[in-house]
Amino acid sequence: MPDLGKYVVEVLLAYGVSVAILVGLVAVSWRQSARMRRALQAVEDRKHG
Amino acid sequence: MSMWEYANPKRFMGWTAPVLPWAFGAAGICLSVGLIWGFFFTPDDFRQGSTVKIIYLHVPSALMAINAWIMMLVASLIWLVRRHHVSALAAKAAAPVGVAMTLIALATGAIWGQPMWGTYWAWDPRLTSFLILFLFYLGYMALWAAIDDPDTAADLTSVLCMVGSVFALLSRYAVNFWNQGLHQGASLSLDKEKNVADVFYQPLLFAIAGFVLLFFALVLLRTRTEIRSRRLRALLRKEG
Repeated sequence: MPDLGKYVVEVLLAYGVSVAILVGLVAVSWRQSARMRRALQAVEDRKHG
Repeated sequence: MSMWEYANPKRFMGWTAPVLPWAFGAAGICLSVGLIWGFFFTPDDFRQGSTVKIIYLHVPSALMAINAWIMMLVASLIWLVRRHHVSALAAKAAAPVGVAMTLIALATGAIWGQPMWGTYWAWDPRLTSFLILFLFYLGYMALWAAIDDPDTAADLTSVLCMVGSVFALLSRYAVNFWNQGLHQGASLSLDKEKNVADVFYQPLLFAIAGFVLLFFALVLLRTRTEIRSRRLRALLRKEG
């Protein structure tokens, strides 16, 4: 861990907030993608008997 | 083969499937290198101290907040002119990614601003135009959600996107237009005197590449989801 001096809170907060937003966005996008793929597959399976 | 054939939904699903893992992988590598290099292995700035490390998040996210809207503008124009559904869906898919980038830029800017300017927020031309751009993103997403007919939604959001482009450009050039306020000019410049020092510049380039690749990967993934969603709605309509 580098010595962040008197700005330790600001720097860590900026990294924490940004990483949380990016990870959240990727996770939500993957989850929506997987859910939609399953839903479409179910309807197509039903259609093709 | 014409480039427009890549925008055919079936063909789009075909070529994006193998590209997606590589795009996410390259984004992860570039982001990790840029952020780890910048956070752990760069010195403090003589004026800004360790807060200079925020540059590796703030500059790439602000860049992508504007460029995401520009990409949405291009996709919207393609929809209006050529009626390619994939382009309208790509614009729709890019909006949440642009919102996230704008939010990161605003949040890291506020966190950086407090120790440097003595305030989290000021009604400075660049900050204000960025806030308006953020509101345009939210309005764009709300408009897509509010209209049932996808073609009408694509038409109206395309018009909104063109109007919002004024603020996307203002966000980029506000400092040059008004030449006042707290926010400094561009951190990156071809003029070596104005550009950030090499020791900060090199990891910053990796971070920027990481954000660009992540945006690309997320837009591909989310566009695929939108295409599936459209197909699902069509099948369910047929079933009655």
